[in-house]
Amino acid sequence: MIRVNHIYKSFDGKEVLHDISGVFEQGKVNLIIGRSGSGKTVMLKSIVGLHPIDSGEIYYDDILFSSLEGKKRREIHKRVGMLFQGSALFDFATVEENVMFPMDMFTNMTKEEKRERVNFCLSRVNMENANTKYPAEISGGMQKRVAIARAIALNPKYFFCDEPNSGLDPQTSILIDNLIKDITEEYQMTTIVNTHDMNSVLGIGDKIMFIYDSRIWWEGAKDNILESDNEELNDFVFASKMARQAKEMIMEKRSLK
Amino acid sequence: MRKMLETLGRYVMLMRKVFTRPDKPRIFFKQTVVEMEKLGMNSISIVSIISVFIGAVIALQMAYNLENPMIPKTYVGLATRDILLLEFSSTIIALILAGKVGSNITSEIGSMRITEQIDAMEMMGVNSANYLILPKVVASVIFNPFLVVLSAVIGMIGGTIIAIITGIVTPGEYVDGIRMYFQPYYLFYSMIKMAFFSFVITTIPAFYGYYAKGGSLDVGKASTNGIVSSSVLVLALNLLLTQILLT
Repeated sequence: MIRVNHIYKSFDGKEVLHDISGVFEQGKVNLIIGRSGSGKTVMLKSIVGLHPIDSGEIYYDDILFSSLEGKKRREIHKRVGMLFQGSALFDFATVEENVMFPMDMFTNMTKEEKRERVNFCLSRVNMENANTKYPAEISGGMQKRVAIARAIALNPKYFFCDEPNSGLDPQTSILIDNLIKDITEEYQMTTIVNTHDMNSVLGIGDKIMFIYDSRIWWEGAKDNILESDNEELNDFVFASKMARQAKEMIMEKRSLK
Repeated sequence: MRKMLETLGRYVMLMRKVFTRPDKPRIFFKQTVVEMEKLGMNSISIVSIISVFIGAVIALQMAYNLENPMIPKTYVGLATRDILLLEFSSTIIALILAGKVGSNITSEIGSMRITEQIDAMEMMGVNSANYLILPKVVASVIFNPFLVVLSAVIGMIGGTIIAIITGIVTPGEYVDGIRMYFQPYYLFYSMIKMAFFSFVITTIPAFYGYYAKGGSLDVGKASTNGIVSSSVLVLALNLLLTQILLT
């Protein structure tokens, strides 16, 4: 579980996060949604410690993460897996070396054990037989899957995804979403996903936090979104005509029941 | 002034992160050997080409300047040797490496920064500054002083070749000059200078790359800034080291 208490963050006097508080539960996919520029990436990066917060507290279970520095913070990071928007695979390394990297750095596993674990992680994301390829030689969707394999290599407790579906086709996006959902439940991780993809919101959002105007504007589960009368949330989630029509149809069906 | 102090502060903070005990010494040694090849071995050809031509030019200029019956011809070899050892093979080679190695380091680390690869390392709990920068610094500080020796030797060979081709001095006189009044301390001085320069030409571009922001254009700008800053610092450090080591 990750808990944030009253966090504030500004850049050059411009407030990006204002009094953000909330709980991200273990074994669930927690989504942070919002328009481009609403502050969701800053929020995610603040929670993982890539952006120092101006004030407030961030707890990883019972550990006050926001007060840790240097080695102590790195110890927490060893239990974190993160999927970056652009995958962030190391250009200089093959797929196998990428997935093996955290094992090389932090375990005393033998070469064989590491290779076995790499193959397991790659098979978990359906990327068998890509071990010797370099990131530049595989597609964006494949890179995302390899990045997930690398993130789960050391069985993390906390999993963060920054825009996991950006630049992917709808089918691959669903594949990545399902993968995130499955591994979250399988490893009982605390997963936080930052997205503006509506398929993700309505597909895997166990808990959703809507950021608007630097604040948490709405919180709930994917099923509550349809019934919400929050104007800004509705404008954001049901922005397209098709989405509005779909909502009306679902609501009509529900009222008939 | 404030910006300069801020930059200096950030550089010192980065160096504190760089100079810590590596997470895995075995990986660190492996990386250092890789960097020796990438930054050192791969510079041998450019250092050799430049040294042979500069050695030849210095020999020509010395012969021209020492055209006096009162001055023995052997002094052409002696002057060429001392110029190469005292200044060219350390300072000029360091400036050339600042361009070659510096741009390589800034663009490599800078592109890793803007594509979030450094963030990915940090998220795994890896000290990215230590992992990426320390092997480059250690490799250069150990390897580059040997490039100085290589440069001086090849420069002297360049001088011999031009002596044979043009006949400005006889090869015998030239070689006698090279062997005359040789002070081993000059070699030591040159290698020590290069060790210091190597620290500058690796850490400064690494600093600019590590804090690069934006896109590929910004990495290009960071690369230019890294090269300019390290070149200026090499020249300033040259003055300081010469004052300390030769007086």
